[in-house]
Formats: sequence, structure tokens, C-alpha cells
Amino acid sequence: MTATAEGPAAAKEVGAPRKRSEDARLVTGRTRWTDNITPAGTLHVAFLRSPHAHARITRVDTSPAREHPGVVTVLSGSDIADEQGALPCAWVVTEDMKHPDHPPMAVAEVRYVGEPVACVVARDRYAAIDALEEIDVDYEPLPAVTDMEDALAEGADLVHTGLGTNKSYTWVFENGDLDAALRDAPVVLERRYVQQRLIPSAMEPRAVLCVPEGEEFTLYSSTQIPHILRLMLATVTGIPEHRLRVVAPDVGGGFGSKLQVYGEEVIALLLARRLGRPVKWTESRSEGNMTVHHGRDQIQRLTLAAERDGRIRGLKVDLLADMGAYLMLVTPGIPLLGAFMFNGIYKMDAYSFTCSGVFTTKTPTDAYRGAGRPEATYAIERLMDELAAELDLDPIEVRRRNWIGHEEFPYETVAGLTYDSGDYESATEKALGLFDYDALRAEQAARRERRDPVQLGIGVSTFTEMCGIAPSRVLGSLSYGAGGWEHAAVRVLPSGKVEVVTGTSPHGQGHETAWAQITADRLGVPFEDVKVLHGDTAVSPKGMDTYGSRSLAVGGIALSSACDKVVDKARRVAAHLLEAAETDLDFDGGRFSVRGVPEEGRTIQEIASAAFTAHDLPDGLEPSLDSDATFDPENFSFPHGTHLCAAEVDTETGMVRIHRYVAVDDVGKVVNPLIVEGQVHGGLAQGIAQALYEEAVYDAEGNLTTTTMADYLVPSAADLPHFITGRTETPATSNPLGVKGVGEAGTIASTPAVVNAIVDALRPYGVHDVAMPCTPERVWRALRSGSGTGGSGAPPGGTAPGAGGGLGSEGGTR
Amino acid sequence: MPRIRVDVDGATYEDDVEPRVLLVHYLRDRLGKVGTPVGCDTSNCGACTVLMDGVSVKSCSVLAVQADGRDVTTVEGLGLNGTEHPMQRAFHEEHALQCGYCTPGMIMASIDLLRENADPSEEEIRDGLEGNLCRCTGYQNIVRAVRRAAGEMREPSEREVAP
Amino acid sequence: MIPATFDYVRPGTVDEAVTALADAGEDAKILAGGQSLMPLLRLRLAYPDSLIDLDRVDPLREIRDEGDTLMIGAMATHHQVVRDPLVREFAPLIARATETVADPAVRHRGTFGGSLAHADPAGDLPAVALALDAVFLVRSVRGEREIPAADFFVDWMTSAMEPDELLLSVRIPKLGAGWGAHYEKFHRTAQAWAIVGVACAVRRENGTVGEARIALTNMGSTPVRASEVERAVAGGAVSEAAFRSAAEHAADGAEPPADLHGSSEYRRHLATVLTARALAAAAS
Repeated sequence: MTATAEGPAAAKEVGAPRKRSEDARLVTGRTRWTDNITPAGTLHVAFLRSPHAHARITRVDTSPAREHPGVVTVLSGSDIADEQGALPCAWVVTEDMKHPDHPPMAVAEVRYVGEPVACVVARDRYAAIDALEEIDVDYEPLPAVTDMEDALAEGADLVHTGLGTNKSYTWVFENGDLDAALRDAPVVLERRYVQQRLIPSAMEPRAVLCVPEGEEFTLYSSTQIPHILRLMLATVTGIPEHRLRVVAPDVGGGFGSKLQVYGEEVIALLLARRLGRPVKWTESRSEGNMTVHHGRDQIQRLTLAAERDGRIRGLKVDLLADMGAYLMLVTPGIPLLGAFMFNGIYKMDAYSFTCSGVFTTKTPTDAYRGAGRPEATYAIERLMDELAAELDLDPIEVRRRNWIGHEEFPYETVAGLTYDSGDYESATEKALGLFDYDALRAEQAARRERRDPVQLGIGVSTFTEMCGIAPSRVLGSLSYGAGGWEHAAVRVLPSGKVEVVTGTSPHGQGHETAWAQITADRLGVPFEDVKVLHGDTAVSPKGMDTYGSRSLAVGGIALSSACDKVVDKARRVAAHLLEAAETDLDFDGGRFSVRGVPEEGRTIQEIASAAFTAHDLPDGLEPSLDSDATFDPENFSFPHGTHLCAAEVDTETGMVRIHRYVAVDDVGKVVNPLIVEGQVHGGLAQGIAQALYEEAVYDAEGNLTTTTMADYLVPSAADLPHFITGRTETPATSNPLGVKGVGEAGTIASTPAVVNAIVDALRPYGVHDVAMPCTPERVWRALRSGSGTGGSGAPPGGTAPGAGGGLGSEGGTR
Repeated sequence: MPRIRVDVDGATYEDDVEPRVLLVHYLRDRLGKVGTPVGCDTSNCGACTVLMDGVSVKSCSVLAVQADGRDVTTVEGLGLNGTEHPMQRAFHEEHALQCGYCTPGMIMASIDLLRENADPSEEEIRDGLEGNLCRCTGYQNIVRAVRRAAGEMREPSEREVAP
Repeated sequence: MIPATFDYVRPGTVDEAVTALADAGEDAKILAGGQSLMPLLRLRLAYPDSLIDLDRVDPLREIRDEGDTLMIGAMATHHQVVRDPLVREFAPLIARATETVADPAVRHRGTFGGSLAHADPAGDLPAVALALDAVFLVRSVRGEREIPAADFFVDWMTSAMEPDELLLSVRIPKLGAGWGAHYEKFHRTAQAWAIVGVACAVRRENGTVGEARIALTNMGSTPVRASEVERAVAGGAVSEAAFRSAAEHAADGAEPPADLHGSSEYRRHLATVLTARALAAAAS
């Protein structure tokens, strides 16, 4: 086997379905969730939260609560107004963006139900929660602002009176002559789609523990972003960054919801400083549904112009994006991540994107799996099916006529991105085969023919997305407050074992396994000899953390580069020990040998030992193989794929059942196919859940009525189908590993595939849209009206919670 | 305050507890058995599932006082003989977990499922796990893991015997 | 979330339980399986002064053949009921419906009597009890009495039991040969409550419908008997067309709730579709 100067030729770990190293502790319960950590003397925090969507706080009396047994202190927002600072927004998307102050605990006014108003610190969680009931708050209710379109009307009630408007910003991107594209266009489709509000619902509720040690603080948090959180906590509180250590221990999922700097984290730090004792807060699910940032929530007005043959001329996108009551870490930027994706995989000459961010008296929105891209993909993939229907073309065919051919890459899109690689034809062919497309079309025709009460529909989604966030220059051009690089360090221990330090912060993804695979191959050491360290700013000094399917495509490359630097150092030592020129050395399987004399060699472990003893090193070489690297990508990566969904629709009840689901994804080179498949499965579940089940519902007074899992319907195993998955592999050309990222693809692709299938089933009934989630009642109403229900998206039965057993609070007051 | 005596994972505990203390909080806060997590407050998610006298219960919906005189097995009580339970092994082999927060409950519910049905179909597994929510896996590999464990548990002789 | 404080009593016999209930006063709650009550306590939607836990009153778990009727003890768990050979033979509708209640872990703890005493119209078992003309046996220190199902469910989560009365058991008239049963539950996810459910038992007689018993879940503040449909199918053909036609009356007189899972109008519609399906399944 020929070894090259680039590294080992034989990759044996990368591409292998390694079982995960993480599992050992997770399947035995030997876990370190934040709530599992309770240092001696830990005090417990509970928050009193606003029951009003919008109100002035006229009085807070904490004195009775202070008398409650076990209570150490009770604080209202005004008690800490001078020290609590304001929660950060790191993405000022326009120069004139309205950016209201966001106190971690409300001081004078509350603007969403669940906003923290006061907190109790007590000896245990039971005492803390009991004492909440002793806090007396007087509110002067103000009007709730719950509808984005109403919020922008003249004379609307204001969320933030001082701003004079409910509009935070308007952001515009234009390319090409859209007027010309629309003028005399043979086909013009105008649609209005609603992306309902979602609750991310990571299985681990949030928790934060802050341990003071003199003037220094260790903050454990169920977070995706220990590094960013440390910087932000320092900025908000004025505690110097080097006196803060942030640890993300085992983190039970995030999906974007833990890409945030939460008020509770700030308060925990302030309380630990005040009290000099460890303080811990653990969220309950019903609390979290109100206060973990929500996702999606857009109204999309779309105009697509096309030729008679189906070729797209141009696309106009006009968005209203619900910010909620405040701008949180990246709230205003989330819909803009979609700005570059509405064109999908298609060629067109003109594109116009306008987005206005709107304040409402609801929980703030921010990143949720896909973050801006699912919304965009939904719009264009729904439109492509609409176009196919309009022209009486097969939806696959209309896509073929528009997509970028595999020979056209790299391709600069109308949205200004350069797609480096892709092969939409292959992915589609593979998906059609796995799906048995023609047979299902025949089945559909037969059911239509016999007027079967259970109709069959087929939905297509040929998607791409931009991930591997992100080139720092691009982020800068979008006025984002930070870069998009990632860092890794490799420590070669004296025994030849290896510690990898990564700036990514996994919370279920399996980096401990995948990073070890990459390292094992680059260094030629056994997989078992590699330990991956992460999630602790004292251990991993630099990083930009985990979100936006960036960890492998950015962090993995940093790791690979760091490994290469180790090999370069080792080569110098090996050449010295073997008395050979560096250029005469081969490196293969973790061993350097003199070319042509394979028996003359040194393993990397032997070299590590030599570097450790440092008895005989080349002049001027530091006695260490340790290396680090920071990688800043030049471009995003662009996973793509073809998803096909067959859905059965019971036309008598409106019930939808997924009959078959095929997902063919191209995520470039694959490090661990087991992990990739798992990511796709989980992504599909969440995307399907948006299409069919989940919706955060507010009533007219601004009360969230889906505060529990009894009303916010997260699907179970019994509600989801078996997925048929496949892959094509078109390497990314923007990074040396050829990887793209897979964390969000399933979520982005699947929602439109499911809704397209439902609408396809119902087209003979005159239906051209069903609002999400496509509940049985919405489907039934669409069938009855013979048109669409793309309207407001409010549940037709109203907003009252429906859970039985008295769990629905509405029911409790009947 | 009532005094309770509970066997948990092979050890006997006697404690005075407030009647309102949930079994899961007794396990976590009093016994330090933090392997069983809490995921919701309406008994929907199943993360806190344990076995009480051998059958699955959601430990957030049982009072500690109700466990008086009972035998409780948590995920930490599996494989106490030094080998993992076949279900734990199967979850690892089939990549049936990602973040792992639902895993203790999912494993305990799956063990209970096989107690009643040694050879469940995919549909029976999906129905049997309806009370345990997972946000990461889309459930497909969990179904596979339960089938694998079922196979191993039906024919233990095919596996090497643990020392 | 965490329950507020309460006193806790764990009687060992029915007499002790009844006495404890009388002593505890109006703000006491019976803790049966706790699968509905515990979430309410945790969310602090219920604040009882004391809980009387029936967990150790073992006689209440008995299921017994009493000749023409089946006696199901109030503390029989759902799990026990689903598997009980007497229930499966003489009250298959109960077994079918109970299988759909919540999930296996909840069915291990949750009880037949608890679900009924909770009197939640969205629960699956009240409609079943109504359809089967069950009789509720309750006791207080003042004595015992029987309450027919038609009188038991008074309003939303309100039964005809007095605060000091304890549900001991439920008598179910046996359905013998010729009867078929089906519970048609319509819900958005496996865990979700029924938007509408139809409990249905049909006796076939010489190729026609001899008798039908139908009651609806979540179609009002109590379970609702679909008497019009029962009358319409009786003596008629066992045919889909006949069932559909009769089921048009399923929602007659009902005042279904409206919530985020379904409007009143939709529930009315569902009641007709699902009743026809339940009839067909029960009669097959």
C-alpha cells in the first residue's frame, strides 16, 4: 500500500459504522445531566412567572414568601435591576433594527406568559416551589398582541411602547429583474403559507447549576453553547471572562433550543455570587413549554412566475417573522438564514426576498432544528408541487426541468450562494426506485377510480440546505456578532494514547465516537486509544459550539488539520530517530518507515515516548507532538436529497396516515453511517411532527394553551412510520474531508414532502392547501370547502386546551 | 411523616418521607439514584419509567409512600452481576439512543414489554412504547433494538454466558 | 412540578377507607391508581387537604362472576382488566376500550374505578359503562347504595357520588352469545385523548340487529348515550348502509366541546362516521 505525505492511505475508521462510545454511560444511567449534579450545600431556585401576556407590574411583595420554612431569599426583578443587565442579541440584522431591552427578570412590564418576575431560593426544590405561592404581585393588564398582521396595522397595540412600532426590522435581498420575470409570465402562482410556531421539546428540560469559588464561578448548564455562553455571561454581568467556567455536561438534546443565553442562567450566576453558595434551577416541562424559545412562526406570501413548460422565471418572497416579545441571541437572523434557500435547487433569473420581524406578546422565537431553512424549503417545495398541478405535470418532472444539473456545479444561485457540488438526478433516481413510485401512482389512480374513502397522495421534496455554519466573512457581511470557525486540539500522551479537545459541544450527536474515528485514521492509532474532551471551557478553551449542522463540516475539519500537524511534528522526530530525510519517510497505519526499507520504522507511540523523554530530539524541536488548529470554512456546505412520502387520507374523518416514506440524502462523505442514519431518522420525526402534530397555540389573550405534553403532541413510536433511507455520496469540495453535515436535513426535507402528499391525495376534491399541522379537522374542512385552508392557521376548534383528565386548564375552569 | 421501607436495585432503604414526595424525587434526591430522569409533569414522556414489583410504572406518577414495601428496579439496577442487560446491549448495538435522556425509561419500558410478549412484532413494539417519548431517534432503531434483545432473551444459550 | 402538601392515609380495609373519608371532610381525595390525579397534583390544578390511598385495599381489586353480572372491583387495574378472562368473555367492550387507555405503564397503575369516578367525559371508560348499563356500588359510613350509570355521570368531572362516598365496584350486566363489541377511538396521537370515541355493543339476531348499545366519549360534559341510533338500528339489517343511515343521528342532542383538537361541529361529524364504523365492527 502506498503511503503519501498527506497522511495514511488506508482509512479504516472513517466510513465504518462504529457503535458509539457515549452509550456506555447512557444505557446504564451513569449520566451527568446538570440536574444530577448537586454539590454539598446546593440551594434550589424556583421562578414565579407572569400569568399575563402583557401587563405592568405595579407591586411585588416578596415578604410572606421569605418567611416560608426553608427559604433563603426571594428576589423580584426590581431587587436585582441594577446588576442583572440585559440578555444579549448577537445578530443586529439592520442598522435601524429595533432592539428592546430584555431584562433576565421582568422589572416594570411583562410581555409574555411565563416571563420570570421573581425567584425563590430555598433549601430544596419543594420548599422553593411552595414559597412561590406566597409571592404577591399586582399587575395592571395591557393589551395582548397576538397576531402579526394586526400588530403591523396602523394604531395597533404595542408590545414595546417606547419603540413606537411592533416592527423590529425589514431586511431585503434582491437579485435579477423580478418585475420583468412577473411581467406577462404565462404562469403566476400566489400562495400564502403559515409556518406554525413550534416548541423544540428536547427531552431534557433546561437546568443550570452555578458553583461559586471565591470570586470565580463554575456554571453547569444544559446548553449547546458553553463557549458562547461564557462570553455572553461575562458581557451581561461584568464578571471577567477568565473568572467564569462554563460546563455543558451530558446534555439531553437541544435542537436549537439550547443555543441560547437564558435569563435563568444569568440569574443563577447572580444568585451564586450574592449567596456564596451553589444554586440550582431545574425546569419543569410545563414551565419550559412557555419559556424555552420557540421556533418557526412565519407568514409567507409567495409569488412564483414560470413559463408554460414549467421553467421558473422568478420568485418573490414576502415574510412576516414572529420575534415574540424580545430579541434573543440570534432571533432576528433566523428567518434570514432562509433568505438564501427559497430558490432551493432550482435555477431562476430573478429573486426578491423581504422579511419583517414582528414583535408579539409571545415567547421569543429563535433557532429550532433547521432554523430558517425548513421554512424556505417548505415554501419552494410546496410551490413546485403547485406548479406541477397547475401545468398538469408530474411533480418530479417539473423539478427536473428546473434543477441544477450535476454537470453545472459549482453553481452560483440567484440567492448569491455558490453550491459547490450536488447530484440531484442520482438522489432522485435512487429515491424513486426505493419508493416504487410508479406502482404507488397506479395505486393512487385505482383508489381515485373507485372513489375509495381512503385516498392516497404522493409528496415530493427535492431539497438542499446550507449548513456547516459558517464562513466568518459571510457571517460578518450579515452583521452577525461572531465568527464561524471551529477549533480542535490533539494531545499525544506519553503512552501514545490521544486526547482530542474539540470546540464543538455535542448533546446527543455522537462526536465522542466520530471524532475518535477521524483521529484514529489521521494518526493511525486504534480507535480505542482516543478520548474526546468537550463541553467545558476549562478543558476546551476555544470553540463556537454546536448548531447549524456545523460540527463535522467545521469542527471535524479543524480536528483533521490538528491531527495533520501532529503527524508533521512526529515526522521530524521520526526522521531524526531513523536518520533519514523527512521526505524519505512513509507514514502508514501509525508508523513511519524509511521508503524502501519497511522494517526500519517507528510507530507514533514510540515517537510520543521519545517526545516525552526528550532525550534525543532534533535541534530546535519542542518536546511535544501536541497540536491545534482552527478552521474557518470558505463556503457553506450543501447537503441535498430527495424525499418521497405516500400518505393515506381518510376522506371521512380527515385522518392522515403515512403509508411509505423514503429519504435519500446526500450528505457528502460519511464518517459514521450509523450516526448519519440516526440523525436522518430523528430529523424526519421532527419534520413529520411539524406537518401533522405539533403547534404552539395561543389564545386571543396571549395565553399559551399547549403548556403540557398532553396538548403539545410530540409523536410516539406508535405515531411514526418505518423510514426507508438511502444515500448518495457527492463529496463537498469546500473541505478536505468532503463532508457536509446531517443534523438538520431530515427535518428540512420532510415537512413539505408530507404536506405535498396530503394535498396530492385531495386534489381531485379541489383542495390545494391544508394548513399545518394537518390535523384531521383541518383536512376535513379543506375537503368540505373544496379549497385550501391556508388562512390564519388557528385551530378550527379554537384555542382551548383539549387534554382530558382536567389537565387542560380551560377544562379545569369549566 | 410516614416511614417507608423500599428495596431499590438490590438494596433496602428506610426513610421518613413527606407523603407528597414523588417516587422519582425520592430516588434522585434522597437515594442519589440519578440514573432515572424526569422529562415532563403529565406522565406523557416516560423518561422516569422504572419497574415496581416487576412491572413498569412512571415514577413521577407514583408517590414514594406508595413504594413502601415494594421492590423498585431502575436502569441502575440492571446488570448488577457485571454484565449489561441484553436490552442495554441491544440499545447500544442498534444505535437506539442519541442524547440518551429518554433511554433509561425506554429500556425499562422495553423490558416490561418483553415480559408480556417475548416475540413482539414491529407494530406491537411501537404500540407498547407509546408512553415513552424520544426526540432524537425517530424510534426506528429503538424498535430494532427491542427486536434484537427479544431474540437474545429468547435464546440466551446462543450468547456466551457471562462469568 | 411538585404537589402541594397533603395528609396521607393508607387504609387496609374498605371500612377503614370509608371511615377515613368521612373523617377527612370535603377536601379529601381518593387516590386510586393516581394516573389522572398525580399530574393534576403536580401541576397544582388540585389541592386536596388529604389523600386516602386505596393501594392496599386488596379486596377492591377483585373481578368476580356474579351470575348475570360481572363485578369489577374499583381498584382493578386497567392491566388486570384487559387480561381478565371473565372480562374478555362477558364484557369484551371493556377490554377493548381499556386497551386504548393511555400506555402500558399507566395501565399498570391506573384503575377501572378510578377512571370512572374521575368522571371525565374525555376518558374512555365512562362511555363504556354507560353503554353497558353498568351499576355503581358506593359506600359511605351512612351505608351502601347503587347508582345506575345513566345517573352516575352528572357533569364535567362530576359524579353522583357524595364527597364521603367511596366507589367499591361496578356491576356489568353480562353480554352473552351473539353480542359483538367495539370501541372506536379517534385521537391525533397514540397518547392523546379521544377527540371522539364510540363504545358500541351489538347483538345479532337472525341476520338482523337484535339490540345495540352505543355511548360516546368526549361529546359533552358527560358521556352521551346515542339512543336515537340504538333505536334506529334495532331490528334492522346488518349492513353498512343501514348503520350509516342510523349513525346520522349519533350526535342528536349532544353538546360537544370545542378545543384545539376539534370544534363542536367536527365532533358532531366524527360521531356519525365513527358510530357507523363502530356498529359495523361490533356486528362483524
